[in-house]
Amino acid sequence: MKRYIGRRLAYSLLSLFLLSVTIFLFVRVTGDPAVLLVEPGASKADLDAVREQFGLDRPLIVQYGAFMSSLLRGDFGQSFYYRTPVFELYLSRLPNSLMLALAAMAFSLLIGIPSGILAAVRVNTWWDSLGKVFALLGLSLPAFWVGLVMILVFSVYLGWLPSSGSGTVLHLLMPAFSLGWVFAAAHMRLTRSSMLEVLGSEYVKLARLKGLPEALVIGKHAFKNALIPVLTLAGINLVIMVNVAVVVETVFAWPGIGRLLYEGIAFRDFPVVQATVLLGGSMIVVVNLLVDILYAVIDPRIRLER
Amino acid sequence: MAIARPAEIPVARARPLWRLDGFPLIPALILATTAFVAIFANVLAPHDPEVGTLGARFKPPFWQAGGSTEYLLGTDHLGRDVLSRLLFGARVSMVVGFTAVIIAGAVGTTLGIISGYIGRWVDQVIMRVTDTWLALPALTFAIFLAAVIGPSMWNIVAILSVVYWTRYARVIRGEVLTLKEREFVRLGIVAGCSKWTIMKRHILPNVINTAIVLGTLQLGVVIITEASLSFLGVGVPPPQPAWGLMLADGKKGLMAGYWWLTVLPGFCIMFMVLSANLLGDWLRVKLDPQLRQL
Repeated sequence: MKRYIGRRLAYSLLSLFLLSVTIFLFVRVTGDPAVLLVEPGASKADLDAVREQFGLDRPLIVQYGAFMSSLLRGDFGQSFYYRTPVFELYLSRLPNSLMLALAAMAFSLLIGIPSGILAAVRVNTWWDSLGKVFALLGLSLPAFWVGLVMILVFSVYLGWLPSSGSGTVLHLLMPAFSLGWVFAAAHMRLTRSSMLEVLGSEYVKLARLKGLPEALVIGKHAFKNALIPVLTLAGINLVIMVNVAVVVETVFAWPGIGRLLYEGIAFRDFPVVQATVLLGGSMIVVVNLLVDILYAVIDPRIRLER
Repeated sequence: MAIARPAEIPVARARPLWRLDGFPLIPALILATTAFVAIFANVLAPHDPEVGTLGARFKPPFWQAGGSTEYLLGTDHLGRDVLSRLLFGARVSMVVGFTAVIIAGAVGTTLGIISGYIGRWVDQVIMRVTDTWLALPALTFAIFLAAVIGPSMWNIVAILSVVYWTRYARVIRGEVLTLKEREFVRLGIVAGCSKWTIMKRHILPNVINTAIVLGTLQLGVVIITEASLSFLGVGVPPPQPAWGLMLADGKKGLMAGYWWLTVLPGFCIMFMVLSANLLGDWLRVKLDPQLRQL
């Protein structure tokens, strides 16, 4: 157990290291980093000052050391636009992103789980086909387009919901639905396959042999077990939602991390862009690690695997 | 995934590929039409896609009051013809989508084969990088790269290739790991083939189907990512007609209810992505019987 966790931890640390190297190198290798690190419209003297400050003429290893030591101190630089440390900005937007992600997750599970169960219980009927069409549409419709069309219908034509901003539950509905939409399809597919697997297992057969009513077999014996992988995926997806909401947040002017990233691009605020990528990637590495450890705690077979 | 009834199971007859049972005809036709339109956009488009008539701004499609057959699908905020822009937009999506998929596929497949076959530290290096890059959310990674190297159509192709090759590398490596234990590879080694010969002659032909299936399924993802990047203003630069860019421009008329600027480009993206996904699903079953259960 300890060995397993130790090895997973080492892999995650390596991943975080490679992540920082990737970001560091892309900025340094693909052009003049000073242009990115200086405010737009800066003078020649400013450029030289930045070169001096970041020591851009020193060897890459030394530069990387400086880059890393400031990251580890939680210093992601200063935002050109907001004039505040980027890390503070990020933290101040995080609650909004989490709120949106939680609401989107609720939508996606409310749609995904029942339809997945229905597709599995009625496998190879038209319910199942309907589920497949739905899953395919989830993959094929860009989330932000769903959002734009919803604005058109619910804000412009019907006037029921506010088209942008935040503050009330009504503001949350449309962004949460358009973000949750894509994930609903994924959750539906996994619920279906996980449910099918459980329904074919011995203990479900036994429950049926005992003469339990079908509703009880599905509701009590199958459903609970089928839910485990779905909830694991949901946990990982929650973090992914926080990090891929950029287009949806831009459409609805939702003040989360995605919107921050968009402002980073729009105002050529490079420290913001860099911090968002670094923190987003790190968040996912950490969640993957947590899920692996959790699984090892629950399931002893995983610990023994090499 | 029809569960085969006993009568259907028996003989694994080798069916010739040209007997296209269950071939998704409509998706293939949509993709073919898009390709046709993309190639001949300059002949088909009734107007210049990049130059508008300011006197004819926000004209609705011809069937609505105020529309005319001069602009069949209406005009945008600069008075540019929407139909012409959609036609040229197909060209951007096709070129970006296909080149990015091919480059990412070639790089990913090559690295996947090398990683799986050579093994040891080479495998470790390639796979650790793959894992790390897979952890980065694709869109965020792409936005970062776009911010670093700046937007242009060919930069987008490069960015999407950098972001998406890891998907191929991971899957192909897994296949190579089982392939290299097979008889024909061992015989190749005994016969004195070099590593490169084995990888090129014996491994590559056996993983190319998987790469093609992955590529077809990725086409949709890549097109959506390109549209998202353009929508955010870090994709194809403005005067050019790209569907994502049209959606971004469409926002200017959204609150006024100019639906055609939002709905039409979205439909184009949807039909193309849907077609690619359907075709990919069919190919997956066709080319890779082992994946049928997935």
